[in-house]
Amino acid sequence: MAINNVWVFAQVSNGAPTTGTLELLTKARSLTGNVTAILGGDAASVAGVLGEYGATKVYATGDLAGKLPGVAVAAAMKAVIDGGETPDLVLFPQNYEGRDVMSRLSVKLDKTVLTNSVDVVVDGDTVAATTPIFGGNTLVTTAFTGSAPYLVAFRPKSFAAESAGGAAAQVVATTVPDTGAAGAAKVTAVHVEESTGPKLDEADIVVAGGRGLGESDKFAMVEELAKLLKGAPGASRAIVDAGWVPYSYQVGQTGKVVKPSVYIAAGISGATQHMVGMKGSKNIIAINKDKEAPIFGIADLGIVGDVHKVLPKVIEALKGR
Amino acid sequence: MNVIVCVKQIPDPATPGALDSATNTLKRDGKLILDDSDAYGVEMALQLVDAAGGGEVSLVSMAPNGETAGMRTALAMGAVKGVLVSDPALQGSDALTTAKVLAAAVQKLGGADLIIAATESSDGYTGTVPEQMAEVLGLPSVTFAKKVKIEGGVLKADRQTEAGYDEVECPLPALISVTAGVVEPRYPSFKGIMAAKSKPVDTVTAGDLGVSPAGWAGAGQKVTQVAQAEARQAGEVIEDDGETFNKVVAFLENLKVI
Repeated sequence: MAINNVWVFAQVSNGAPTTGTLELLTKARSLTGNVTAILGGDAASVAGVLGEYGATKVYATGDLAGKLPGVAVAAAMKAVIDGGETPDLVLFPQNYEGRDVMSRLSVKLDKTVLTNSVDVVVDGDTVAATTPIFGGNTLVTTAFTGSAPYLVAFRPKSFAAESAGGAAAQVVATTVPDTGAAGAAKVTAVHVEESTGPKLDEADIVVAGGRGLGESDKFAMVEELAKLLKGAPGASRAIVDAGWVPYSYQVGQTGKVVKPSVYIAAGISGATQHMVGMKGSKNIIAINKDKEAPIFGIADLGIVGDVHKVLPKVIEALKGR
Repeated sequence: MNVIVCVKQIPDPATPGALDSATNTLKRDGKLILDDSDAYGVEMALQLVDAAGGGEVSLVSMAPNGETAGMRTALAMGAVKGVLVSDPALQGSDALTTAKVLAAAVQKLGGADLIIAATESSDGYTGTVPEQMAEVLGLPSVTFAKKVKIEGGVLKADRQTEAGYDEVECPLPALISVTAGVVEPRYPSFKGIMAAKSKPVDTVTAGDLGVSPAGWAGAGQKVTQVAQAEARQAGEVIEDDGETFNKVVAFLENLKVI
């Protein structure tokens, strides 16, 4: 089928569309000239950038007044569809809000979802999404077999965000219908966990620590090296689950996907779930005691050794420069 | 306070995953175990029921071949009973059908004050089933809850966000998905393991629940191609002799990042 109408679930952070939103808009406009952003919030200040990246129209719900976007935005999307406009394809970011909105909408429309995708391909009558599995070693292409709308969620950085220099998107106000009991959850307070230095998923250098550090105090070495390199500290799921560092540090399938110039894995063995999140790095340095560790299979420089001995020396050498 | 926990029984993650050559979907025919991610939900449920001073924890699961090994682990931790949906006609189900089936299993148990799931399974990780279940059941939900308590009949949760976390309040009944690490799962005691053997698990088919078993045909999706990704080549691997830090520094220098 031809794709004539693509929707993108748009998100705004600190007053600007998120990078993920711009990535999806860039992909959407390669499929059709008719791209609509759907925003749970106020669009006045972002319609310009959304348009620049390819949206011709933005449906905006206005302030959600503490309602969680999952229920509210899915209900608003359903209302537009009930009103007679049906998208062929709806693109979501694979993140907290994206997954919630997509899940709620999938039930409302009785449509399947494809998640964790890195690309979507339209070939004649077939719309298919590509998903890496088994740590990214295998790429699976899955085609939709039913009728549109097709719902797909994408991992961060699946596409490069590129401005098309388009005019501001036309803002169309849309209301959130009464969501009843399902919409009863309310946000009562918002907490921003301040971190200094670059954001983990945007940093040019990432230094990540894992179980091989031995104890939580030793994560300080990882943070120190990250700071010296003006990079961001990251972590494997093992030490996040153990409570050493917050979830926001997690690199991997269930955490952040990073593609820095340099990724330094310290005391990380390279579980599939971790490698998914970092194997797109341009250069990988791994330090691990176990020479059989899978991480060495993808490292450009592998040091078989004790992180407690190697890292302090690296830090010392960099400080001395 | 009654809590239902959705538990998935998955192939042991320690053994490498493989695709079925006929269907190109994940092989799930060997021994199944309780998904580690679900142990957190079971523990959370047991703690909330304890704090409420009464009630019980039940389980719902969907698995092939009448598999209950993973459910027995959760029963050994302290859950009292479970419903297992096992039906060859459900093979190949997509996440949406799975959510409908699990929602029907929840209703078979008479519903609960709170339904808990993990954020995503460790084998398929579609990550949509909890929120889809909430929508099917018409319930409010808080996904990615990393701290949970019940106060005066209201659920109060810290919900993970990109920037930090939100405090969210939600009336009951509700559904939550919890992150790993939300609580420390207990190890089943010997007594618990013995008791779990005789705890009731009601095994039903999709038809028993009134859900049409969509299976392969109704999945709305089909794997059309499986390809090997471009492999990343291993580079130089050297044993540390006390001087390899120089190699690291030189490597960084070479890339002009220092």
